[in-house]
Amino acid sequence: MIPTYNTPPLPLTNDFVPGESNFIQVKDFNFYYGKKQALHGITLEIPSRQVTAFIGPSGCGKSTLLRNFNRMNELIPGVRHEGDITIHGTSIYDPSVEIIALRRRIGMVFQKSNPFPMSIYENIVYPLRIAGQKDRSVLDETVERCLRSAALWEEAKDRLHDSALGLSGGQMQRLCIARAVASRPEILLMDEPCSALDPIATAKVEELIVELKKDFTIVIVTHNMQQASRVSELTAFFYLGNLVEFDDTKKIFTNPSQKQTEEYITGRFG
Amino acid sequence: MNSTVTLTPNFFSGAGRQTSLLRLLRNKFLTGLCIFLSLLTLIPLLSIIILLLQKGMPLLGPNLFTQLPPAPGQDGGGFGNAVVGTLAMVGISLIFSVPLGIFAAVYVNEYAPVSNLASAVRFVAKLLTGIPSIICGVFAFAAIVMTTHKFSALAGGIALSILILPTILLTAEQALMGVPYAYREASFGVGATPFQTIWRIVLPEASPAMMTGIMLAVARASGETAPVLFTALFSYNWIHSLMEPTASLSVLIFNFAALPYSHHVAMAWTASLVLVTLVTVTNVAAQVIFRPKHQ
Repeated sequence: MIPTYNTPPLPLTNDFVPGESNFIQVKDFNFYYGKKQALHGITLEIPSRQVTAFIGPSGCGKSTLLRNFNRMNELIPGVRHEGDITIHGTSIYDPSVEIIALRRRIGMVFQKSNPFPMSIYENIVYPLRIAGQKDRSVLDETVERCLRSAALWEEAKDRLHDSALGLSGGQMQRLCIARAVASRPEILLMDEPCSALDPIATAKVEELIVELKKDFTIVIVTHNMQQASRVSELTAFFYLGNLVEFDDTKKIFTNPSQKQTEEYITGRFG
Repeated sequence: MNSTVTLTPNFFSGAGRQTSLLRLLRNKFLTGLCIFLSLLTLIPLLSIIILLLQKGMPLLGPNLFTQLPPAPGQDGGGFGNAVVGTLAMVGISLIFSVPLGIFAAVYVNEYAPVSNLASAVRFVAKLLTGIPSIICGVFAFAAIVMTTHKFSALAGGIALSILILPTILLTAEQALMGVPYAYREASFGVGATPFQTIWRIVLPEASPAMMTGIMLAVARASGETAPVLFTALFSYNWIHSLMEPTASLSVLIFNFAALPYSHHVAMAWTASLVLVTLVTVTNVAAQVIFRPKHQ
């Protein structure tokens, strides 16, 4: 319970149906960086409490789409969009939606782990502190809960007040995951979370993703097709800003219906 | 076993693999030249310090900081009022220029980096860094001294604040630029407002570098003579209010060095030593205190 949170205008609740097929809906979505169009008429529906992977060659727009779910792209000057994205039936572009509340409900993990230059403890409670939470017991409880859910508790419990920058690369990325889940979001966006990690750290994070989908709707952008096939239920293949194919991961990797998808997953391009 | 060791030709000892003697010598010569020239740059700085110690040490004593300057022709006394005056005027200049400079830098770098206003502010700040310090004095003279009809510490402080504002603004902007974008992204990503991101993440991270900039400004302000020369003027008394002529170390040096009394000239040397020490101590202290915590 984090009672001090502002009630977000989005009707996001924790009692939605797992596997609900249209949790995140993208409708005829076009996105532009200045004059350059990065996304062309994307339409897809992402189910809740499953892992959806976005794959495709660099510059295909998969990260751009991901970063629109929590409106992070709007930090870049000169961007604009057409079409709509709804979460649980409410448009994220509705004027009543507070961008701050939206981002609190959608955790994000970045390609390069980016812990703040503070202690491990302060990193995790940061989302609570900015929401005005001062109750020590709530903060302590959150740190333990988040570190446990990021499988970092055992490694970090004795050094909570040490600098987060002293962790290893894999630990830092798991710390960022812990921080991303601290404000109890419903959705977890992961932008190539393992691309800077070694294989062992990658395996740990992947295990974690499988564990986390019980509680979160996860969308992951990855360059690693094995990773997509290991962790995700659904896979979307993007190419040159278009959604080429979106289907069950198993079908995408064994029997894709588009020729482009097949060529990409078999390594003929990209 | 030692006796059986034989030297086998290794990778480096093969025929034709030796570095040519000329190349070796040239390398040694250029390395030596670099070291020599680096040492050469230390000479002006070291000779200033040695000269100041030589000429300034004889009069150095605790009385200097507690007593007032002697009248021309008299011996003894100190320059306590000038130390206080310098600190007061540097303090006033910081009160004006630090908030202004840092808020402007935050606006320019965080809120509107590509706006016309930001480019204008940057351009003007860069122009102002090159402005001769005497112009700051002239401006404060016209703006403060002429309107209040008084030479004052306030006028001197404002002249100094105009002088150091661009330095503080530009170094603060550099400090903000040095904060990785990933920190801002992480903060926005968990739902922080721009203000929270700047206040809790960006400013703490940028503050050591900002402090360095502020200390550079302090060093410059406390040593400048021209801006305070005809705004604060000089005084042989302790400072009682900010609206009266006030002594400063730099003007004391300027005035006393030109007097025909050897005691006053010696005091000017000692004041120079004190000024340099003051600046060095603040610099070192700032670097020690504001060292980044998480490294």
